[in-house]
Amino acid sequence: MAGSSDGNDEVQWCFSQVKGTIDDDIAEADIISTVEFNHSGELLATGDKGGRVVIFQQKPESKNLPQRRGEYNVYSTFQSHEPEFDYLKSLEIEEKINKIRWLPQKNAAHFLLSTNDKTIKLWKISERDKRPEGYNLKEEDGRYRNASSVTSLRVPVFKPMDLMVEASPRRVFANAHTYHINSISVNSDCETYLSADDLRVNLWHWEINDRSFNIVDIKPDNMEDLTEVITAAEFHPNQCNTFVYSSSKGTIRMCDMRTSALCDNHAKLFEEPEDPNNRSFFSEIISSISDVKFSHSGRYIMTRDYLSVKIWDLNMESRPVETYQVHDYFRSKLCSLYENDCIFDKFECCWNGNDSVVMTGSYNNFFRMFDRGYRQDVILEASRDNCKPRSVLKPRKVSSGGKRKKDEISVDSLDFNKKILHTAWHPLDNIIAVATTNNLYIFQDKVN
Amino acid sequence: MSATSTAMEVNAEARRILAVSISKLYASRTQRGGLRLHRSLLVSLVMRSARDIYHASRESEAPGAPTPQEPMDSSPSSEEQKQLPPQEAEPAQTEPQCALSPAPQTAVEAEECACDSEITEDKENMSPAARQSRKRRSKASAAPDFLPSKRARLEPGEERYAAPLGSCRVGAAETHGDLHQRVPGHSDDSGWVKTTEIDPLTGTRTETERPWKFEGETGSVS
Repeated sequence: MAGSSDGNDEVQWCFSQVKGTIDDDIAEADIISTVEFNHSGELLATGDKGGRVVIFQQKPESKNLPQRRGEYNVYSTFQSHEPEFDYLKSLEIEEKINKIRWLPQKNAAHFLLSTNDKTIKLWKISERDKRPEGYNLKEEDGRYRNASSVTSLRVPVFKPMDLMVEASPRRVFANAHTYHINSISVNSDCETYLSADDLRVNLWHWEINDRSFNIVDIKPDNMEDLTEVITAAEFHPNQCNTFVYSSSKGTIRMCDMRTSALCDNHAKLFEEPEDPNNRSFFSEIISSISDVKFSHSGRYIMTRDYLSVKIWDLNMESRPVETYQVHDYFRSKLCSLYENDCIFDKFECCWNGNDSVVMTGSYNNFFRMFDRGYRQDVILEASRDNCKPRSVLKPRKVSSGGKRKKDEISVDSLDFNKKILHTAWHPLDNIIAVATTNNLYIFQDKVN
Repeated sequence: MSATSTAMEVNAEARRILAVSISKLYASRTQRGGLRLHRSLLVSLVMRSARDIYHASRESEAPGAPTPQEPMDSSPSSEEQKQLPPQEAEPAQTEPQCALSPAPQTAVEAEECACDSEITEDKENMSPAARQSRKRRSKASAAPDFLPSKRARLEPGEERYAAPLGSCRVGAAETHGDLHQRVPGHSDDSGWVKTTEIDPLTGTRTETERPWKFEGETGSVS
């Protein structure tokens, strides 16, 4: 099963594929800004700063090699968002794709929601592998035939053609957000979804794009009283009335839409008291939550702040049940990280299929996995140096002290420009997608 | 001795962080995609922490020592205003104003307006001599290199971005707008404009009159 180990054997991760250019000169438009598997794991979508969406599809497993999982190949590429200009505010609206979320599949076509700072779009991705041939009034190339030359009638038939994957925008959900959209989340009711910006959360119906309902509004009457903003929001995986949103103050609020139309009053507030020993200029920044994710079971919430990952039990609001330090060796370097803006980086986190392991990114193209059951954690690196097919990834070690052991990397030599902000875990299998700045790495566990 | 040097280090660190924060706020104005509310809020929180720690460390360095020009019962902020090195004050006090006027919805306004409400009493307590000390200094005590050497000018369109209703920024923006306009009828150096400056460290508001074009002034940030 995904994430589980046989007995006490640690899962070994192997390189599978890497997508993107090897070029050191990174075009800004190619910077990956979101990664998401669909519900079956067959499709993997990425969004980039240039407003494009690229979807990869997993090839079916080969019958000759049943143990090897299929590779991911490009399935569809399309331009989701274009740069826009808000003339009223004289502001440019970036085309960068902030989030992609897949809708549950109902028929042969696939649907996904993609959003930039202001507009959400519903895309339909469908295959066409047949086309009608044998029209009476048209030639094969489309020219109309002379009606008088038609002497007999025939019924057009469908003939196979080369597979074509079409992406078409079915809905555009615009003009509902004054501030920058940071999250979208599809409801388990298969009808609605939410979108969240810095101060508001709106509820939409998939089919209706000219109307949305505001369900959370934390904008103060006087903006001078503003003390916190919404940083992420997500629906519960199976309770369609429940959602959570995180704040820049490190709190998570759970709301129940049955209680009232406006969910400004939370049903639960998850907050951990601050450790006074760790107080610094930057305490507020590093406690800001950059991502919140429900476990697949719906029992737990995972949050990511700058230095740690925390797991909260929905039944206990006073403190998290588990806390994992991602890169605590940066705690003494917060001032430098503030100056070079890295302290504002928003790392995401994800669960594996059975909620036993969590993963998040770090700097130097490192990413970390924390096994909740066995209390093991590992640092791995996504690097072109380790690109031989099925080569096992070697765990990395960072030394923060004076003496650096062999194979350890010193904190001071970590590259802050190489950051892994976006990661995704296949919902059913041990396959992970890890995005470096402009490359997408796919790793899978070693199959014997 | 070690306590004093630690306090001085903290003081210097606080000032440095404050300067960095101000330059970030300033730079965020030209960022593609517009001002980010979340980021602006975080930067303003850091600025506030730095300012509070700066105040606290100044108090611990020279607790309750009054200056001859100020009443004994004046708040620590006006005392600090006198002691504050001018090169720090000048860039610091103007950047938030410049940064704020086109961005009515940043949380930095919260800090500025908190300053404004503290200031009103200080203004009354302040002596004219203290006000005089806010005048422009020469290049010898110029601003740090990373801050723009010229006073940031409001773009023509920015004044129209006056703060939303209910914001105390409305008045300040208008005042600030006056600053960059040539005094009508004066084509030489003899025009005078009223300057309103808010020191982010102390929160003190001072008003001075100075020529709109200051002979010999080159590098100091205004």
